[in-house]
Amino acid sequence: MTNIVQIIWLIPFLPLIGFLINGLGRNFLSKTATGVIGSGVILISFLISVLVFFSVKGGNTEVAHYFNFINTGSLKVGFDFQIDQLSSLFLLIITGVGFLIHVYSTSYMHEEEAKDFAKYFAYLNLFVFSMLLLVMGANYIIMFIGWEGVGLCSYLLIGYWFKNNDYNNAAKKAFIMNRIGDLGFLLAVFWLLNKLGTTDYHQVFALVADTQKSQLTAFDITGITLLLFVGATGKSAQIPLYTWLPDAMAGPTPVSALIHAATMVTAGIYMIARSNILFTMAPTTQGVIAVIGLATAVLAATIALKQNDIKKVLAYSTVSQLGYMFLGLGVGAYTGAVFHVMTHAFFKALLFLGAGSVIHAMGGEQDMRNMGGLKKYMSITHITFLLGCLAIAGMPPFSGFFSKDEILAGAFAKNPVLWVVGVLTAFMTAFYMFRLYAMTFSGKFRGTHDQEHHLHESPAAITFPLIILAILAVIGGWIGIPEVFMHGGHRLEAFLEPIFAQSNVIAEKHELPHSTEYILMAISVAGALLTLLYAWNKFSKYEKSEEVETGFGKVLANKWYVDELYDSIIVRPLRSLAAFFNNVVEKNIIDGFVNGVGKAVNYGSRQIRLLQSGQVGTYVLLMVFGMLVLFIIQLFL
Amino acid sequence: MPVYYYIFLAVALFSIGVIGVLTRRNAIIVFMCVELMLNAANLLLVAFSKMHYQLSGATNPHAAGDAQIFVFFIMIVAAAEVSVGLAIIVMMYRNTHSVDVNFLNRLKN
Repeated sequence: MTNIVQIIWLIPFLPLIGFLINGLGRNFLSKTATGVIGSGVILISFLISVLVFFSVKGGNTEVAHYFNFINTGSLKVGFDFQIDQLSSLFLLIITGVGFLIHVYSTSYMHEEEAKDFAKYFAYLNLFVFSMLLLVMGANYIIMFIGWEGVGLCSYLLIGYWFKNNDYNNAAKKAFIMNRIGDLGFLLAVFWLLNKLGTTDYHQVFALVADTQKSQLTAFDITGITLLLFVGATGKSAQIPLYTWLPDAMAGPTPVSALIHAATMVTAGIYMIARSNILFTMAPTTQGVIAVIGLATAVLAATIALKQNDIKKVLAYSTVSQLGYMFLGLGVGAYTGAVFHVMTHAFFKALLFLGAGSVIHAMGGEQDMRNMGGLKKYMSITHITFLLGCLAIAGMPPFSGFFSKDEILAGAFAKNPVLWVVGVLTAFMTAFYMFRLYAMTFSGKFRGTHDQEHHLHESPAAITFPLIILAILAVIGGWIGIPEVFMHGGHRLEAFLEPIFAQSNVIAEKHELPHSTEYILMAISVAGALLTLLYAWNKFSKYEKSEEVETGFGKVLANKWYVDELYDSIIVRPLRSLAAFFNNVVEKNIIDGFVNGVGKAVNYGSRQIRLLQSGQVGTYVLLMVFGMLVLFIIQLFL
Repeated sequence: MPVYYYIFLAVALFSIGVIGVLTRRNAIIVFMCVELMLNAANLLLVAFSKMHYQLSGATNPHAAGDAQIFVFFIMIVAAAEVSVGLAIIVMMYRNTHSVDVNFLNRLKN
């Protein structure tokens, strides 16, 4: 398979074609045709990605140059694709999970009109195209195109049901918050261009490692990495820009699964893992990333404890898990972070799709207080969901255990305090996931009679992706079995080794003694098990009550009032500033000036008009005065 | 005769014309005063022409005629102007039964 590189351009190109066909043909394509085209192009991309993966696994990495994207003066930015271990792994996740979600969508969105159905698939294909561009680009500029593209598609899909104004506001919020982060990314790219004159990964990383040659100071590297991280906080929903992600649940559930859980939000992690050498050279930034990641993980997990909307719990759980990944990146456990991206893509997509299946069966109901006892009606959804919950809770041997453990071990090696907080977050994760599970699937049904009558297992197009993802969520972690269990069991680390080779040279190695690692694992598993049993106990017999949250619980249920805080310190001051400019500056100063010019001319001409008295003598007198003035100027000046 | 005699005379004539135009309301007299100013200018042209000829006559014998001819042009134009002006005054009299220029104020403001 030496010539596989010649067709890698097909991987992003096919979804683009799918977008064009579905988008332009939305008025005359049938739903079946739309679904087949939309899913089919992703399937072909996935098959090519598999070929690429095996080609890369054989040590075949390459940069393919297509044309010059920017060519001015000394600046040349090529439209290049880079295929290596990291991008091929992401290709598999994006196209693989993406394909399953497309299949799922054909059933989930079936009640939409054919036109809207095609619009949905067009957006979804465009999203996959942008995401593939993001991971395949061989320089930061191409990555930035994809980076912006996924932001746009996220906006379009969150606001898919645009007739609901709340959804529109959620879409705008996501877009604006992403834009704030994107600005940081863009500034970092400019900084890189200014200092190094190139954005090609190969050249940048080579130059960065060789600071003598590139003249990069520690300040430059810290600045660039911090700005890149600002970009990542926007896209990957970290403090302070995370509030858009829970609101993004306004979109259709498969969209939440694909964009806001499995792929787009991991773009920040991909970007940092890609630029790992830059970040390894900037320990300050790493510290910031670790702290922000952990803080996000804790904050989001505490909020998730008290949410009652099934999708909101999953959304905060996503934010929390993303925080974990950033913790991994911050402590230098790059492989662990990428590993967690992969396992998270499996189990979080599974959980979202399972939630979608539940919502579908409940006729659009998302409040868990009105669910309960669904395991009787939906056995496949129930079992796959349970597997997903176990995986995210970090139970061995499910996938979440391995990836989470690796990040936690990395955190312990760096600083045990990070580990303690991380483990507490893991307990909270186990708690809220089993609260979700127990409230949804066990106990008695608490919904209306109509809903109960309507309950049914979802069709095959929905259960098939669930089953596949459940299998992946169970076995996905087995490619990264830690050294303590099996020598050479961490095949992912060996696979990704070339990507992080540069960093591994610089970074100090933290090898934990095996006994310590066993103890750490035992603590996290035992703790998670206890909390999940506690949650199960507490919520499996959940009865609807009118009890109002008080004290701290109320703070959590209201998401720490962060939205309100942002509203009062950013949105409202901005609004009043705008109102000030509108009422005072615009109305008095600018309008006053514009109207003043008109009025002055009007007034002046009314006065000057009086000179035209009609008296011939006056005219002549003025003429004589004029002549005298001319004489005086001529003679004396 | 020194040239400033002519200049004084011309200035006096011109000033009389100006004052006449400014002070009188009878259109015909105003008109005559305008002619007076015109002829003051003509007188100056002729006088300066003569003066310059005396200064440079040895080198350019034809220079003497230039300004004199120019004065004839002005007189011809003035004659044409007089005919038009008098016609206007006649029309004015027909309309207002007066030659007082202060009645011509219907375009004011």
